[in-house]
Amino acid sequence: MAAQITMNTPMRYARMLGVGAYRPDRVIPNSEIVDAIDSSDEWIQSRSGVKQRYRARPDESVVDMSEVASRDALAMAGLDASQIDAVIVATVTHMYQTPGAAPLLAARLGLTCAAFDVSAACAGYAYAVSVANDMVRAGTADHVLVVGMEKLLDITDLTDRGSAFIFGDGGGAAIIGPSDVPGIGPTVWGSDGTKSELITQAPSWTDFGANRDLPWPTLRMEGPAVFRWAVYEMAKVCQQALDATGITADELDVFIPHQANIRIIDSMVKQLKLPESVYVARDIVETANTSAGSIPLATERLLRERPDLHGTLALQMGFGAGLVYAAQVVVLP
Amino acid sequence: MAYTDDEILAGLAEIINEETGLETDAVQLDKTFTDDLDIDSLSMMTIAVTAEEKFGVKIPDEEVKNLVTVNDAVTYIKNAQS
Repeated sequence: MAAQITMNTPMRYARMLGVGAYRPDRVIPNSEIVDAIDSSDEWIQSRSGVKQRYRARPDESVVDMSEVASRDALAMAGLDASQIDAVIVATVTHMYQTPGAAPLLAARLGLTCAAFDVSAACAGYAYAVSVANDMVRAGTADHVLVVGMEKLLDITDLTDRGSAFIFGDGGGAAIIGPSDVPGIGPTVWGSDGTKSELITQAPSWTDFGANRDLPWPTLRMEGPAVFRWAVYEMAKVCQQALDATGITADELDVFIPHQANIRIIDSMVKQLKLPESVYVARDIVETANTSAGSIPLATERLLRERPDLHGTLALQMGFGAGLVYAAQVVVLP
Repeated sequence: MAYTDDEILAGLAEIINEETGLETDAVQLDKTFTDDLDIDSLSMMTIAVTAEEKFGVKIPDEEVKNLVTVNDAVTYIKNAQS
């Protein structure tokens, strides 16, 4: 008979212990981008809610930005970096096929723990939170550092009327650790690869490598079709996440959808019939759409501006290129 | 039961009023959604989805962008019913 495998600690609960953010120094108001797309501040705001976005310096990397947000999250959690035993970075703008951003970030923090990236676009942070929750619950790790960070303007065509105004740079981090009571609800997640063309990079790196006359690869998006999918399909997923957690919209305190577009956010709120008492994150107005960075950025802002929301119940929902999505209810740190 | 052209027009006018605040009288067959009624592509999607529910038809993404005038929408919905 084979020897018995020794298991980690028995199943336990997990929760978010702290969040942190990084917003680059340089602010770009709509007035600085309108000429290239023959548009206006008014049009951009009515179309997306965006008033400005942050832009990272050319010499600043996703790893540099992640380090700042991670130290911020560690401070809120009251933990030393040495207490982290897994690092997950959700990003699509760490511009190396390999190595991943997470091992580099871990090294910056003086760590040699497990470290890997998640590629799930705008749902990346919610995916990573789900994985971290499972890791802590199963005893695979005690404290997981989750980062959602993007330098999206490096892959944005600033002359494309359909997308130039929507994206920005930045992101945030969260620490997931053990808890005596449930702090992260079941994740409702999925994908629909048949709609992959709705948000995609063009041209591919392979085509660009073979033909340098092609334009630098940037994001392309079918805005109206994405809007329809996000509002009508993702609102159902939000409801499923509430149902899976056993709470009603009336019992929810905060809604933190991916900051894709204010029109999507407002329409989702309407579809979900969220009561006025639910605080809805609208960080997109000042930060634009930062893909995997948007939920932690919005979370950090709302806890800074509304300290009374610490410890309350938030529904967070990521959705984007893939198409992929993930939603879960969390207790805010 | 199939909706008549007049019923479809009246229903669309109500949906457009709900989405944009535009008076129902302004929604006439010869009006274009974009230039005459100032309805952008995101509002157009909301109107299409609401019309799907109201009239029990399917209006795929790629068809929505072909609906230039109110008459285009009425005709599409009428044909999609059968």
